[in-house]
Amino acid sequence: MTNHWKDIKNADVVLVMGANPAENHPCGFKWALEARNTRRAQLVTIDPRFTRTSAVADEHLQIRPGSDIALLGGLVRYILTNNLHHADYVRAHTNASFIIGERFSFEDGLFSGFDEATSQYDASTWEYDRAPDGYVRRDVTLEHPRSVFQLLKQHYDRYTPERVAQITGCSEEDFLRIAKIVCSTGTADRVGTIMYAVGWTMHTVGTQIIRTAAIVQLLLGNIGRPGGGINALRGHANVQGATDHAIVAGILPGYLRVPQPSQTSLASHLEASTPQPLVRDTANYWGNYPKFFVSQLKAWFGDRAQPDNEFGYHYLGKMEEDATWLSIWDQAHQGKLEGFIALGFNSLLAGPNVSRLLEAMAKLKWKVVIDPFMMDSAEFWKAPGMKPSEIDTEVLYLPTTHWIERDGSFTNSGRWAQWKEKAIDAPIGVRSDTWILSELFWRVKELYIAEGGAYDEPIQSLTWNYLNPREPTMTELAQEINGSDLTSGRRLSSFGELKEDGSTASGNWLYSGSYPEAGNQMARRATEDPTGLGMHHGWAWSWPLNRRVLYNRASADQDGAPWDGTRSGIAWNGREWIGDVPDYGRTTPPGAMGAFIMTEEGVARLFSPLLKDGPIPEHYEPVESPTVNVLHERVPINPVLRWYDGIRETLAQENDRHAYPYPCTIYRVVEREHFVTSNVPYLVEAMPDFFVEVPEGLAAEKGIENGGQVRVWSRRGEVQGTAIVTKRIGPLTVNGRTVWTIGVPVHWGFVGITQGSMANELTPFIGDANTGCPEFKAFLVNVEAVEKRG
Amino acid sequence: MDVSRRSFLKASAGSGLILSALGFDLRPAYAAVRQLKIRNAREYRTVCPYCAVGCGTIAYVHGSGGLNTTPTVIHVEGDPDNPINGGTLCPKGASQMQLAISPRLRKSPMFRDARSSEWREISWDDAMNWFARKFKEARDASFVERDEAGRTVNRCEGLAWVGSATVNNEDAYLITKTMRAMGLVYIDHQARI
Amino acid sequence: MSTLSIKRISATASPAPGIRSTPEYAKLVDISSCIGCKGCEVACKEWNDLKVEPTANFGSYQSHKDLSAHTWLLMRFDEVEMSGRVQWLIKKDACLHCEDPGCLSACPAPGAIVQYENGIVDINHEHCIGCQFCVTGCPFDIPRFDKETKKVYKCNMCVDRVEAGLEPACVKTCPTHAISWGSKEDMLSLAEHKVDLLKDRGFENPVTYNPAGVGGTHMMYVVPHGNHLADYRLPANPTASPLPLTGLGVLKRIGAYLLGVGVLSSLVHYLTIGPQAAEDLHPHDH
Repeated sequence: MTNHWKDIKNADVVLVMGANPAENHPCGFKWALEARNTRRAQLVTIDPRFTRTSAVADEHLQIRPGSDIALLGGLVRYILTNNLHHADYVRAHTNASFIIGERFSFEDGLFSGFDEATSQYDASTWEYDRAPDGYVRRDVTLEHPRSVFQLLKQHYDRYTPERVAQITGCSEEDFLRIAKIVCSTGTADRVGTIMYAVGWTMHTVGTQIIRTAAIVQLLLGNIGRPGGGINALRGHANVQGATDHAIVAGILPGYLRVPQPSQTSLASHLEASTPQPLVRDTANYWGNYPKFFVSQLKAWFGDRAQPDNEFGYHYLGKMEEDATWLSIWDQAHQGKLEGFIALGFNSLLAGPNVSRLLEAMAKLKWKVVIDPFMMDSAEFWKAPGMKPSEIDTEVLYLPTTHWIERDGSFTNSGRWAQWKEKAIDAPIGVRSDTWILSELFWRVKELYIAEGGAYDEPIQSLTWNYLNPREPTMTELAQEINGSDLTSGRRLSSFGELKEDGSTASGNWLYSGSYPEAGNQMARRATEDPTGLGMHHGWAWSWPLNRRVLYNRASADQDGAPWDGTRSGIAWNGREWIGDVPDYGRTTPPGAMGAFIMTEEGVARLFSPLLKDGPIPEHYEPVESPTVNVLHERVPINPVLRWYDGIRETLAQENDRHAYPYPCTIYRVVEREHFVTSNVPYLVEAMPDFFVEVPEGLAAEKGIENGGQVRVWSRRGEVQGTAIVTKRIGPLTVNGRTVWTIGVPVHWGFVGITQGSMANELTPFIGDANTGCPEFKAFLVNVEAVEKRG
Repeated sequence: MDVSRRSFLKASAGSGLILSALGFDLRPAYAAVRQLKIRNAREYRTVCPYCAVGCGTIAYVHGSGGLNTTPTVIHVEGDPDNPINGGTLCPKGASQMQLAISPRLRKSPMFRDARSSEWREISWDDAMNWFARKFKEARDASFVERDEAGRTVNRCEGLAWVGSATVNNEDAYLITKTMRAMGLVYIDHQARI
Repeated sequence: MSTLSIKRISATASPAPGIRSTPEYAKLVDISSCIGCKGCEVACKEWNDLKVEPTANFGSYQSHKDLSAHTWLLMRFDEVEMSGRVQWLIKKDACLHCEDPGCLSACPAPGAIVQYENGIVDINHEHCIGCQFCVTGCPFDIPRFDKETKKVYKCNMCVDRVEAGLEPACVKTCPTHAISWGSKEDMLSLAEHKVDLLKDRGFENPVTYNPAGVGGTHMMYVVPHGNHLADYRLPANPTASPLPLTGLGVLKRIGAYLLGVGVLSSLVHYLTIGPQAAEDLHPHDH
């Protein structure tokens, strides 16, 4: 989240799209209702289903799964054609005035630079136009035909209400009614927020959906302001923290980059990873990359990280190819993975395409599953249809501790790191994650000492300075993450103190300041809120530097005066910034540099040359779609997707549309959290069985009765369960045809108090062009009434 | 039958005597109500383990920790001081107690041999020795020091580590630190899906 | 031992000395802020240590078809169309704790149902004889008989928590603050405020549900579409039926549970005189 949970109460309009917070984040959703009830904010849901969130919303708009960019693009056009944008904000804080180079073009669904052979773009054709001094040319009038502002206008001119209706399936009138509300915040005295979640990320165009939303919010001047922002509602308790600390392919803690083979020296890695300023007046904060990176190497390799060995740079594995979730399973499917270790992760039910995952798992030599509970993915060899006698995979299950048996911190969706107390001891026979990891480390290290083997210098060099090296404490680790001055031993209070000469260490620069000499900031419990805006600077600790709203410099105008004095993020008082922890130098005068200090542009990007699938978001159909792409039939889907071998054959083909006529989408329900809750009796009681949501009209057509059994199948697999026949999903008219949407929840498997179909039997093995996040939200199925299974 | 409240009043005023004569017990003026079950519990402030709202919770624990006692969670409810949730919890949060002390929690490592259709119990020591041995074997077999172009890559291609979005920050950091030092590149967690 | 002063008591004649004054509490359920998450339903089960019942999806998000002796609070889900728009009506169904409790009036067992000074209507299972008259007497169809223990159960408004100064478990847990808690007076004025807010948001017929036929209730609702009470399964004019004893069948059933003279005597009282009157145990003005 750019903002945080309680901040939502400050909004005038709350758009919920690609999320269902009443269902998945009920206690955070209270702040949306608080805004509705106290500020008379308007709450709007846009979703393929009328959800529990819609039940309390002022307005609901039903759209077809996978048509989000068309809808949001329609909003961009609505803003621009009706001059609803926040003109001063757009001019001051975005790259609207930047001129794009002449090589840029967009025609028939393809941006310039597309290479048919590799299905990749050459992004150099999207670069800014540079003046002789090397900096980007700008036109503050925004009139230049190649200014970002004009290109945006031109690009989205095609997204007329008529087109939006044709693609998404809603009516033009309904779209316009919603657009009027959502686009009403482009003024200094109004603010709107967007709440989204995996309903956006889990698409082949997921990143671009979020980009479109960011464009909407930037045009309306809503980023950086209390009550505004673009707020990703994250799923698990510490999914934010685990991302920050980089249990993630391609990155290191603090969003540093995994080195690439072409970066053959530390210097070349730093050069490639450190952005250069594109304008004169930008802080270009990522320019400090070398300080963060070297300090991390010092935290990891201590005295073995010295200038003469490039601070241990070659201790890190280098990889260019994608190593994300789908690629991992593709490797396993090809028989290239020997061992697979899953901690706290039911990797089978997580999907996609369960039967393909089962094939892949059976090709592993061994698998280790670490979790408090036994789970489906540990027992994959017992899955329906599997023959244990034919599966060679050895499996080790290790019971580990619970959250309540450990202290330590969780970082929530709003970036607040909160420290937990340990309530009870783990039962005898159970070990902590830390113990298991340490024990693995030591035993592997000792084996290498005894026997030698593949390059073990990094293992022997890894710092492990903990009082009990077989089970470090959470405090020791939190302090290592925070970092210290290696000369004095003093813990740092800010990443501003980090150096690139090896004299400081910090495991994760982003958390620097969370555990300074003053003590554990994450454990703070002061409840005061002097801002009145719910910032609570004395409660826990928020990265970075306890800042509660990211990009908050943009909450004020060029002179440093808040756009709205009643909802002031930060304000310049002539000497310093007051309010939230400024996302700017505390004493840097307002005009000295751009408001978005993390970008080399110094402003926010309406046009972004950094993504793989285009600098301006464009609507592409899901890989399985009930319609042609009416914008460009010849380029129906995202042209730069990664196709793993054998995947095209697992998709419904164009001539199969009659066999799989219904878009289907997968989701969670409030009574369950993924899969672990199948161990909780009260929750199983509250939502006992796998079900399928079938629209009333379709049910009538198909003879499906409410409460009866239905079978749903895709090209990849099938599920069966109780039908919930509902009025909450209506028929849509997509490109002249009636389209019905089916809904399926994700929580069931073959292990647990009750069992049920695995929703991911249905889903396709394909991911977003930028993140590799799988397409769980839009694919095609068929449905029929069946007799109940014995 | 339609009897007004007034007539009830009159009727029962006259009936008191009859009832006393029948030896009816004196009506208690106060009723004992159920004991507050968390009255003598110790409180620990923690955070809900489910979603990323980060609701503050209070775990109520019974048991002195003395001889023959094992402190256990008897109840969990929202922490009213927490500014995010202000003490509220959704059904998942409200049933945390059942997750915390579930009889379904496992207490021993288990091993599944190749082609077996059963689990067997295994000691922690054997489990970790096996784990370390297999880890090293796979690393040794799949470690690439230089790629085809002769560039130093120092990566282990035959092992993958996934998870978790449910561990502490501190453990998440230690996982990354350890696995990257081991040369793993196939590292991911639930944020991807 | 915690105690609460009693305001009224079933099948018992003489008045209680009302020496302590207790505020009269009420819950207010704002249906327009309820997301149907079942936080209250589960918190109720957890706090009260209620048994897990086997459930099965019957074509609804609703967990159980009905309330039971082990499920005192049930979220009911109904889909209706109102002026062309789909509405998902989600209602928290549980004891309303009437000011004139039909269950208490109907109860023949001395001390089995009490209404405390604070408004809570509670069943004392030590005295419950399982006759189920209360079930018949309730105009909202709330109390449920348990065949195993042969007693009747329902929400007790977490009387143990209330007595300790805490709000009921359902109130505490409600993620959207759709359930409020306070003095009846405060809740009435809050309800008025919420009704005004709904009018302001364009709702044509929002109402406070606090039916006069039962003397008002200690769980009230703010109903967004007050002209559709039936769709919310709320009776328009509930009354505390004074004599629910109908038919010999019921009398036969209770025969099995007559346990002693005390009970018999109260039954005599009941049959000859009628149920305990509402004002009987009221202390004087307070």
